[in-house]
Amino acid sequence: MNGGHMYWGFAALIGFGLLAPVAGIYPTFLMKCWCFALFACAFNLLLGYTGLLSFGHAAFLSVAAYVAGHTIRNLGFGPEWGILAGTLSAGVLGYVFGSLAIRRAGIYFAMITLALAQMLYFVWLQMKFTGGEDGLQGVPRGMLFGLIDLSDNTNLYYLVFAIFLAGFFLIHRVIHSPFGQVLQAIRENEPRAISLGYDVDRYKLVVFVLSAALSGLAGATKTLVFQLASLTDAHWHMSGEVVLMTLLGGLGTVFGPVVGAFVIIGLQNQLADKVGSWVQVIMGIIFVICVLVFRRGIVGELGRLLKRPL
Amino acid sequence: MFELLGITPQALYSQLLIGLINGSFYAVLSLGLAIIFGLLNIINFSHGAQYMMGAFVAWIGLTQVPQWLGNPDFVINYWAALVLVPLIVGAFGVFIERTMLRRLYKLDHLYGLLLTFGIALIIEGLFRDWYGVSGQQYEIPEVFQGAINLGFMFLPKYRAWVVVAALTVCFVSWYVIERTKLGSYLRAGTENPRLTQAFGVNVPLMITLTYGYGVALAAFAGVLAAPIFTVSPKMGADLIIVVFAVVVIGGMGSILGAIVTGIALGLIEGLTRVFYPEASAVVIFVIMAIVLLVRPAGLFGRER
Amino acid sequence: MKKKLMFVAVAAAFFGVAAMAPAQQAKLSGGVVKIGILTDLSGLYSDLSGQGSLVAARMAIDDFLKQEKNPFKVELVSADHQNKGDVASNKAREWFERDGVDMIGDLVTSSTALAVMPVAKEMNRVTIVNGAASTNITGKACTDLNVHYAYDTYALAIGTGRAVVKQGGDSWFFLTADYAFGHSLEKDTSDVVTAMGGKVLGSVRHPFPGTDFSSFLLKAQSSGAKVIGLANAGTDTTNSIKQAAEFGITPKQSLAGLLMFITDVHSLSLKTAGGMYLTEGFYWDFSDATRAWSKRFFDQHKRMPTMVQAGIYSSTMHYLKAVKAAGTDEAKAVVRKMKDTPVNDFFAQNGRIREDGRLLHDFYLLQVKRPAESKGPWDYYHVRQVIPAADAAIPAAKSECPLLKK
Repeated sequence: MNGGHMYWGFAALIGFGLLAPVAGIYPTFLMKCWCFALFACAFNLLLGYTGLLSFGHAAFLSVAAYVAGHTIRNLGFGPEWGILAGTLSAGVLGYVFGSLAIRRAGIYFAMITLALAQMLYFVWLQMKFTGGEDGLQGVPRGMLFGLIDLSDNTNLYYLVFAIFLAGFFLIHRVIHSPFGQVLQAIRENEPRAISLGYDVDRYKLVVFVLSAALSGLAGATKTLVFQLASLTDAHWHMSGEVVLMTLLGGLGTVFGPVVGAFVIIGLQNQLADKVGSWVQVIMGIIFVICVLVFRRGIVGELGRLLKRPL
Repeated sequence: MFELLGITPQALYSQLLIGLINGSFYAVLSLGLAIIFGLLNIINFSHGAQYMMGAFVAWIGLTQVPQWLGNPDFVINYWAALVLVPLIVGAFGVFIERTMLRRLYKLDHLYGLLLTFGIALIIEGLFRDWYGVSGQQYEIPEVFQGAINLGFMFLPKYRAWVVVAALTVCFVSWYVIERTKLGSYLRAGTENPRLTQAFGVNVPLMITLTYGYGVALAAFAGVLAAPIFTVSPKMGADLIIVVFAVVVIGGMGSILGAIVTGIALGLIEGLTRVFYPEASAVVIFVIMAIVLLVRPAGLFGRER
Repeated sequence: MKKKLMFVAVAAAFFGVAAMAPAQQAKLSGGVVKIGILTDLSGLYSDLSGQGSLVAARMAIDDFLKQEKNPFKVELVSADHQNKGDVASNKAREWFERDGVDMIGDLVTSSTALAVMPVAKEMNRVTIVNGAASTNITGKACTDLNVHYAYDTYALAIGTGRAVVKQGGDSWFFLTADYAFGHSLEKDTSDVVTAMGGKVLGSVRHPFPGTDFSSFLLKAQSSGAKVIGLANAGTDTTNSIKQAAEFGITPKQSLAGLLMFITDVHSLSLKTAGGMYLTEGFYWDFSDATRAWSKRFFDQHKRMPTMVQAGIYSSTMHYLKAVKAAGTDEAKAVVRKMKDTPVNDFFAQNGRIREDGRLLHDFYLLQVKRPAESKGPWDYYHVRQVIPAADAAIPAAKSECPLLKK
């Protein structure tokens, strides 16, 4: 595989991330984009590289957001420990949901994850510590490692970007490891992977947990940015949104989910005040177009034009 | 014994009856999903939106159409709606199948799910924009106003009608599919579409009509629901996720299975509301998890 | 380096001049008072706030400029928070940091109000909550830069509870949405019902959001309570009312809506809702003053105002007058002024903003008219009782807000 162009891609991504806030793009908006980009990348690991469509990824985003918010605000954790706690809890939840969901394949898998996530939504609604409808508010950003003041937007921005990069490269590493090759073999031809002696269920579970934990990382970071965790994170709309980001950006591409997240968040940001309830209609139309005629997504199409996988 | 739990037998019967009413909604909806899944192999995510459309179109016929025409006598009443609305919404389903779904059959079935999800967003968004979200009210038809005294409870006549209508439609669908020649083509098409085609059956047409019929069932449930629930753009979205869980529990192997599971889960949900109402929102999901542990293929399903 | 110094010097000189020049004028950040209405323009609450809130805010600004002969420039911006806390706090931050917004108003639904308040506090700006209902806004989460204007769940629940017991409805059963909001509504109301000598026979919690309430309603029916308190909101409330009529529960037992708006009654129609009790902070057909203002509002919006929309007008006017009187739009000074000045207009008579930010004003116990009693569109209520301001807010001694403890 000719990987040279990839490095250009990485360089462009890092350059953009470092310079964007200096160039005057609103930092809170950028932080939101990076959080969702990480979320979409984690999702892509599952759908794009293993062929498992989870329709309940909001569950992992929300569990981490709530746990991080709760530990930081009420238990006095530092931001780094709060994020870690959130990520771990998402991993554990991923193990539970994953063990159930991988018992069925294909469409059933999607419906099961959706139903489990919906169940969790009701649980959050009734639990005391989540604040129900009101959400969990006023999470302090605190001092990273007790040293760096995160209430400063610039400091926080670079932390968020660093977290994104760490997640992003971890996913990249996983995909190109022997483990990742097996995942792709499962996506292409599961019976053959089984016949080659791979314990497919085990692989599926591991990648599911990994994807859940990384989604959790995104959720916990998001809590720190917005200083709140709310039911929005747990709603099935959120699960749908991450599918859309990945699909629009390009399924099974390295950069696709990042591009998709920026486009969708940017669109929502731009359109929300201008078209009101039409936002949902427009999202639906993008979905339909992507599925019908644009299945490669933005980055996928670009890769086809450049004749290189991106 | 029931008294020990603070529940009188009377209360229990009435709660079971209400469970049966909700179960018939689950049954009609999961039946529609199962029929579509059987032949097209896709999960129709827009089923909830189409159910909502059914309720809305009925409401439009009753209250808006006379205004549009400027003629207060031209009302599409409940009975007309019960026939017309499934036809209209079913035709809309046919349109979707012909123009969009059709292009996806050669691809992974997941794309069908994603497409119908997108369509659901569009439908919901449009109705939200047109009629707002606070909801509209549909009058219970004159004949069904009032209640019957059953001794242990007052059963509103309309609810009784819902059960009768829903079960009739379920039974007729089951009979047509399992016991008639038309149904045998359908089942053959499910088993082996190419061979069926070779025998001179127009399989693509059959697929189109099947999707249309499944959608019409959703719309039918919507019309049934309009007089008892507030007609609002989001009425289908939350319901459909529960119905998905119902479908996972039943497994989509058999038509009868879909119907029976729907009714049974309505009853179980009803019982939960009596004994532990706090859990009634999640009970179906919990049962789904248990069924997956014990019998992953679902109660009536076959492992494929 | 030299260049930078020079720039600083020039800037300092410039600002010095700028600060000195309009000595008699108000000191305004950015030379303008910028008001942001952050509301629900597309979702569940767009009927009771939404576009109508924008109309009301615009009316208040125009009236203020006309009455006070353009003392300074006032700008209005608006955005849709989609009832999501994160969208709201994001937008608020953007408005404060980038666009120089001085005050954010409306904030319908508690999740958005509670999300924006700490941001405003951090940036030293004002929030005036009209749309949200939670008592937390002036309780645990209170800030000294926030005013909670139109209503809260306490006022509605207590008002309804107390007044209905007085009218003879002394045994209650609650139908409660199973989350924090519903629980607190139920608790506040049952406290007052028992304090007044009434009895609470039980309650049942339904999932939120729910569609079928029949099994819960049957429990309420078999309890034999005279009054069924609906501790829920929105479509949950309208669905429960509709289904109560279907099962013949009303009119044998009466319903009390603990959080309802005139728009809910409008959507339900008098046939279904007639006879039930509820409390609001404003009713358009109460006095000549309310009728006069509401008519102007109706001419622009084609619907009668809700208490939220009327509150937006009144609070925006009060805020602008406070800015003028304080001679600055600096948040602390303005809120101080707002708290020191009583509110006297069509919305509130002798209203006073308490230290925790709660506006103390009268509420009205209303009974929905039956179809035969209504003389025309929007003629929906009998005003059964005026609930005095002192009874309609959490007593200072019981409040969880530290600002009241001083």
